[in-house]
Amino acid sequence: MARIAGVDLPRNKRVEIALTYIYGIGLPTSQRILQQTGVNPDRRVHELTDEEVNRLRRIIESQLKVEGALRTEVSMNVKRLMDIGCYRGLRHRRGLPVRGQRTHTNARTHKGPRRAIAGKKKAPKK
Amino acid sequence: MSRSVKKGPFIAARLLEKIQAMNQRGEKRVIKTWARASTISPEFVGHTLAVHNGNKFIPVYITENMVGHKLGEFAPTRLFRGHGGKLADKRSKAK
Repeated sequence: MARIAGVDLPRNKRVEIALTYIYGIGLPTSQRILQQTGVNPDRRVHELTDEEVNRLRRIIESQLKVEGALRTEVSMNVKRLMDIGCYRGLRHRRGLPVRGQRTHTNARTHKGPRRAIAGKKKAPKK
Repeated sequence: MSRSVKKGPFIAARLLEKIQAMNQRGEKRVIKTWARASTISPEFVGHTLAVHNGNKFIPVYITENMVGHKLGEFAPTRLFRGHGGKLADKRSKAK
């Protein structure tokens, strides 16, 4: 069982892909780690030796900020923006997009599912 | 796109002068300013600036966390009163 940074890696995927299941590791980072440790990215996770897994674990835990630590950092950054009361902080508080995107339509990713507005009538068909 | 590092941050020269003068005299006074695009430099910390938002001046107390942001970020130019519904109707009538 390959367990790195508190996450179980999917056993039947290629290592390259499996590492991206860790929060904070995407495909480019994953590829870089594999190159550094000299593990073949095409191997499946269950084919790895314990020694290889340990090599991966050591490099991830020593050099990268992943999972909990990274999540805290991100939320601290957001909190800082909200505390100083700047424009980006206000947008975070409201749950609206922060970087100047349109909100007339779309923006559903940040705003979440549509909420019905009380008393709003549907436009009659002509 | 972000500003070229070569140029350094944009800080309204006149405003910086005034604040440095105030720092030397150890004085604290609210300065009105229209320089929303000016970056907040470390000298500003502890002062209160009245930043124009197009309508009136919003008092902004500068803390250490704000260094590197622009003055305009702290004086919103738009006022959102909400959409539709009874609550919003009442509010717009009251106005």
